[in-house]
Amino acid sequence: MSITTKDVEHVANLARLELTDSEKEQFTEQLNAILKYAEKLNGLDTDGVEPTSHVLPIMNVMRADDNRPSLPIEKVLLNAPDDEDGQFKVPAVLE
Amino acid sequence: MALFDLRLQDVHSKLNNKELSVSDLVGASYARIGETEPAIKAFITLDEENARRQAAELDKQLKEGGERGLLFGLPAGVKDNIVTEGLLTTCASQFLGNYDPIYDATAVRKLKAAQSVTIGKLNMDEFAMGGSNENSSYYPTRNPWNTDYVPGGSSGGSAASVAAGQVYFSLGSDTGGSIRQPAAYCGIVGLKPTYGLVSRFGLVAFASSLDQIGPLTKNVEDSAYVLQAIAGYDERDSTSANVEIPDYVSALTGDVKGLRIGVPKEYLGEGIDPRVKEAVLKALAVYESLGASWEEISLPHTEYAIATYYLLASSEASSNLARFDGVRYGVRADNPSGLIDLYRKSRSQGFGPEVKRRIMLGTYALSSGYYDAYYLKAQKVRTLIKQDFDQAFGKYDLIIGPTAPTPAFRIGEQVGDPLTMYLNDICTIPVSLAGVPAISVPCGSADGLPIGLQIIGKAFDEPTVLRAAHAFEQHTEHHKRRPQL
Repeated sequence: MSITTKDVEHVANLARLELTDSEKEQFTEQLNAILKYAEKLNGLDTDGVEPTSHVLPIMNVMRADDNRPSLPIEKVLLNAPDDEDGQFKVPAVLE
Repeated sequence: MALFDLRLQDVHSKLNNKELSVSDLVGASYARIGETEPAIKAFITLDEENARRQAAELDKQLKEGGERGLLFGLPAGVKDNIVTEGLLTTCASQFLGNYDPIYDATAVRKLKAAQSVTIGKLNMDEFAMGGSNENSSYYPTRNPWNTDYVPGGSSGGSAASVAAGQVYFSLGSDTGGSIRQPAAYCGIVGLKPTYGLVSRFGLVAFASSLDQIGPLTKNVEDSAYVLQAIAGYDERDSTSANVEIPDYVSALTGDVKGLRIGVPKEYLGEGIDPRVKEAVLKALAVYESLGASWEEISLPHTEYAIATYYLLASSEASSNLARFDGVRYGVRADNPSGLIDLYRKSRSQGFGPEVKRRIMLGTYALSSGYYDAYYLKAQKVRTLIKQDFDQAFGKYDLIIGPTAPTPAFRIGEQVGDPLTMYLNDICTIPVSLAGVPAISVPCGSADGLPIGLQIIGKAFDEPTVLRAAHAFEQHTEHHKRRPQL
């Protein structure tokens, strides 16, 4: 299985990255090398093996559904590139 | 003896006897930074004014008496992916060049409770992706033993600053070896705790199922003290382990008699520098002389670890780094044509090449049609790798091998060849995938560059890992060597 520049363009779109032509070329080559290396996993029989998503025996950590103080809005907006009326401001969502 | 070469207990007794003040310690830190930083470049941000003010407050407390924190007055460096309230936290990325956190990471809050003094924020590979610090988007940190060489990574600034005597200790983070490998390259002690032992709250996420914060120090005893200060359950981290925290310092008995050590043949085989192998075998002879025993074992799935790691860590990273969209923090691109274009332009301008490469790899591995073949397959192989360790620990107390296959390499030597760079992590990555604790301690040198010994333990058995590392230190001189700067 080898990936093409077209695949790289598709994945870049999914990842919200804009790549230059030389980046596309470089990533196509490097991702192919890495994925080719990763193919060695196919040599292992993993039928019936459970996947590990993390190593601890903990699942679905819950807390009581009660009110807790939140951060003040002015602090939350401190790092926002743009804000208005106590909200993050972004360009038009509908193009 | 340099001030920061003193044992923690000796520093504290000098403070008690008024031979030394916290202001002296903090002053010594900035003086050393002034001398060595142009050559080393370990820091991204210094916090001198606050640190000196805090030192004056601690000196006042010293005069007044009363109870003091475990790390009272010690100058500390913090890796720049651990958030610090009111102190820039860039992750060595242009994207977060102006990010001024509004809260402290739990580990930082715990350092403050233990009363260490934060000197500044340490350089790293951008978003902790890399093993050489060459992926910092600011400047590469250099190895204090030879400034033509890399300090390792991604916690390269954390390791170099301790090795150069700029700070007493530092915090780093380890996802696939990022504390242990730079500790080995810089000739110091680096501990990756068991996954879940130290809270990840406030650690900017790279690969959430692997990331752990840990200490970098000049000796094992200090490592135990810092771990004592930062370990513990935190409800703000949903994978924080609710376990009892033992007394790590009292575990350092010096006694390793009867310990059973397994040495994986895969860690001493092909690709391992013969000088590294020789240093490890000599270290094993030290353990034998102290009454421990060792034999060769096999961790048969080791050869699959790197592929597994790069698929899983990159997949998690592609998801974690989706938060960097130019809306809530970080850099926003000018003149976007709409919201999607804002995301695209901000991310493309803000991220460096290695970060983009891993986001691309992870997005591909998670994308429709490839999820089972790459991501799920890698998660299953992770189970097999973990089982290798479970089986070995059924018979052995510790697993020992090298931390890295070679000593540090030259700056620029491996740039442009990501796969070769990834192969440097062959001895540390399996341990990360299994989630167990490991420490790197100095065990020799080659051409003046340090070599690290990796001591791996059972989950939450830091006491045995630290005890074995400490016993080795007591009978060797490697940890006393210092770079000439």
